[in-house]
Amino acid sequence: MSDGSNIKGYVHSLESFGSVDGPGVRFVVFLQGCALRCKFCHNPETWHSAGEEWNASDLFQKVYRYRNYWGKDGGITVSGGEPLLQIDFLIEFFKLAKQKGIHTAIDTAGQPFSDNPEWLAKFEKLMEYTDLVILDLKMMDSEGHKALTGKDNSNILSMAQWLSDHNKAMWIRHVLVPNLTDDVNDLENMHRFISELKTVKKVEILPYHILGLAKWISLGIDYPLDGVPTPTKEQIAVANEILHTADYQN
Amino acid sequence: MTNYAQWNGFEGSIWKIEVNVRDFIQKNYKPYDGNEDFLVGPTEATDKLWGILQGLQKEERAKGGVLDMDTDIVSTLTSHKPGYISEETKELEKVVGLQTDKPLKRAFMPFGGIKMAEQACTTNGYEPNPEFHKIFNEYTTTHNQGVFDAYTPEMKSVRHNHIITGLPDTYGRGRIVGDYRRVALYGIDYLIEDKKKDLNNCGDGTMTDEVIRLREEISKQIRALKGMKDMAQMYGYDISQPASNAREAVQWLYFGYLAAIKTQNGAAMSVGRVSTFLDIYIERDLEAGKITESEAQELIDHFVMKCRMVKFARIPSYNQLFSGDPVWATLEVAGIGMDGRSMVTKNDYRFLHTLENMGPSPEPNLTVLYSSDLPENFKKYASKISVTTSSIQYENDDVMKPVWGDDYSICCCVSATQTGKEMQFFGARANLAKCLLYAINGGVDLKTREQCGPAYRPITSEYLDYDEVITAFDRMEDWLCGLYVNTLNLIQYMHDKYFYEAAEMALIDTDVRRSFATGIAGFSHVVDSLSAIKYAKVRTIRDETGMVVDFETTGDFPRYGNDDDRADDIAKWLLKTFIDKVKKHHTYRDSEPSTSILTITSNVVYGKATGSMPDGRKDGEPLSPGANPSYGAEQNGLLASLNSVAKLPYHWALDGISNTQTINPDALGHSEDERVNNLVQVLDGYFDQGAHHLNVNVFGTEKLIDAMEHPEKEEYANFTIRVSGYAVKFIDLTREQQLDVISRTCHSAM
Repeated sequence: MSDGSNIKGYVHSLESFGSVDGPGVRFVVFLQGCALRCKFCHNPETWHSAGEEWNASDLFQKVYRYRNYWGKDGGITVSGGEPLLQIDFLIEFFKLAKQKGIHTAIDTAGQPFSDNPEWLAKFEKLMEYTDLVILDLKMMDSEGHKALTGKDNSNILSMAQWLSDHNKAMWIRHVLVPNLTDDVNDLENMHRFISELKTVKKVEILPYHILGLAKWISLGIDYPLDGVPTPTKEQIAVANEILHTADYQN
Repeated sequence: MTNYAQWNGFEGSIWKIEVNVRDFIQKNYKPYDGNEDFLVGPTEATDKLWGILQGLQKEERAKGGVLDMDTDIVSTLTSHKPGYISEETKELEKVVGLQTDKPLKRAFMPFGGIKMAEQACTTNGYEPNPEFHKIFNEYTTTHNQGVFDAYTPEMKSVRHNHIITGLPDTYGRGRIVGDYRRVALYGIDYLIEDKKKDLNNCGDGTMTDEVIRLREEISKQIRALKGMKDMAQMYGYDISQPASNAREAVQWLYFGYLAAIKTQNGAAMSVGRVSTFLDIYIERDLEAGKITESEAQELIDHFVMKCRMVKFARIPSYNQLFSGDPVWATLEVAGIGMDGRSMVTKNDYRFLHTLENMGPSPEPNLTVLYSSDLPENFKKYASKISVTTSSIQYENDDVMKPVWGDDYSICCCVSATQTGKEMQFFGARANLAKCLLYAINGGVDLKTREQCGPAYRPITSEYLDYDEVITAFDRMEDWLCGLYVNTLNLIQYMHDKYFYEAAEMALIDTDVRRSFATGIAGFSHVVDSLSAIKYAKVRTIRDETGMVVDFETTGDFPRYGNDDDRADDIAKWLLKTFIDKVKKHHTYRDSEPSTSILTITSNVVYGKATGSMPDGRKDGEPLSPGANPSYGAEQNGLLASLNSVAKLPYHWALDGISNTQTINPDALGHSEDERVNNLVQVLDGYFDQGAHHLNVNVFGTEKLIDAMEHPEKEEYANFTIRVSGYAVKFIDLTREQQLDVISRTCHSAM
């Protein structure tokens, strides 16, 4: 029994075949709970804390069954919800994965990041077991970020800086919503910010899609982006150009 | 030892002393582990011919699916004068030969059953020559007549109640793959001499039934060989001698296959493992500077074009069962030899490349014999072709090779047979979902209310008890398996007697191994239903007569398709019990019994005849196809589903375990590179666990819906999808089947 095996993880769902959240073929664990309330969220059902209770070793045993599919690139990604809200569980879970030499990735919006020493110590520990951080940058403008997600972004940007300073590989992702997160100035600022980070391996534009709409409806939440179109190819191309995504293809 | 000038440059001697194509291949093929960069596009002739053929296919579709039918000639090897894609362009055809005198014209084949042959004409608006009615009813016996003369009332009843279903008792049983390569390697005269020796050595003079039958069969084979020669002669070719170059090798081989499809109308008429063999001839000519890569590709393109033209006359109910007009002209590439060398040659690339040169197509049913040890370049190329065309399937060479060696062919969708050494008795399938309902209702069929099965004590409790249901199911399955095997024994006997496959058997060793294929339908629904009974609460809903007509299931239960051992163990148990019960019975001509979990598109029709199940599947809804988990059962995505299927041991179902999966391109990766690499990972991971088969589709539901609503759009003319064990043009499916395909899980996690 590893110490800390009593820590429970709260899981929203398990996807055995993820191929876009990290390199190669990945098992994706979606954890429950998020403090952000992004207007374009496509997993609003993961916001509240609840979910299926798992302990780290049981979950790892389940996930480990898929190792045949991972090859040399693939592995495990923990997404959410916001995985860093369950940092203690993550540490336990990834520790087991690293014991087997499995590639680990976290798909996060960085919101729980804090310079509180106790928290930071945990984060540092987690990073020992984490190969890749996939960080969503929603917006650079602080006020705009608050309006979009309900939270300030200064700690999120600090996290990116921390990862860069600690030589941790990351992918930056940006969800592109027309008239909401496609402001040229903001994207240019984002590019300037990213270009000063030393460990960015990939920058991706995720075009906003409306597949999450049905979930909002079924949850009975008003969808704030009702009627907002998905971005056109041209809009996507412009954003890719501003963020210089082509420069980062590994 | 015979030695032909046509064999100059070939290594080895055993294959010269005896008919042994495998030995020839092993001594002469050149493995290729490079990439696809050597491939070339279609020649002008290919484009022209393919253009004409596409026009004909369009015309065929516009006429309701049949372009033309023969009503006046009974199809034999030499019944029709030579036919070409078009008279004006016949000199462009590098490979010639059609089933009849015109392209896509369907032959009249009455030997399986005159009634079906006539109905195939009349339901398509054609009137067969009335003389045939008299001849095949009064003067001679067809296979169908023989079967129905001998059927017991009980056999007729299970057939009529669809608990045993899809039986080949009105048309050819198919699934016999002649070793068509023999025609190219040896020429017909050598093969005739060989069969004559067998005839002389047949028996010790004591005329037992077995000896008499065999002597007659060998004589029929020799006649068929002579007929092949005559048939080729009509096209201006003398195939008495071995092929002397690549073009002749392809042509001779195709004549062998053409002989089969002129004389038999089996559901599955497979081509076999011809790719590596033909590469040897192409390599010899390339090295000698006799042909260019472009000419080599043209030969393969034209051969494949011919395979795309194979047609049989069918009745509407047949089309509902096997939709999209399939012929299972299954053709294999890749695999690994017993000595560990990859059998991938440049020709394996050329065959897959036909899907780029002439666009996607359901036929021939291109099958990659897969192993994670295949050259990485080839795995990626195959994966790329899957991503772009959804037209190929994969079967695990690592599990088949220990059983069948390294020269087996797939004789239908997923069933292996040793090429030239073995034949298979095709036996359709038993509907185990209905069997479970019979167990609950004491053998009474819900649909017909007939006492079809034995009147065992029905289950009378309100809530189903697992042990009680298992006991009842076990007993009912015993009855079903016995009757099933014996029905098949009778069918195979009559087929041998009245519709013997002389042309195919002439290209198979006289001392042939026979396998006896049975099959299971409704697999996942029985597994999930038993799991529901075991882990949730299942209440029976009865009508006024006390029959259980529906179920109310409360509580969660594990379902097959989630890599959950609680359900998957039931799946293993179900398969093992079934094959054990089948094996208890005598099988015709001491054949080796096997089973399969594959249903083709017949899952829709079988579902109509099957009532509601405890797993929540409602009365009349399609069964899930093959070994696929049930629709909506999968909660953890593609790989969890694959892991469940991979748990079924191949050696319990040597006739094949078919699995079809559709992946949304966006879920497979953002770029084509990612998609290709990720698909290779999926295949490696799945097959390394011992899984048998995977059909891969890469497209989204939106495309299917659009194709269903707008079949007239040019882009959908050749839009091919993989269904259980074969491929079809999506627009050729009935709307009901299209809806079924659409409703199946499309893995699209994002």
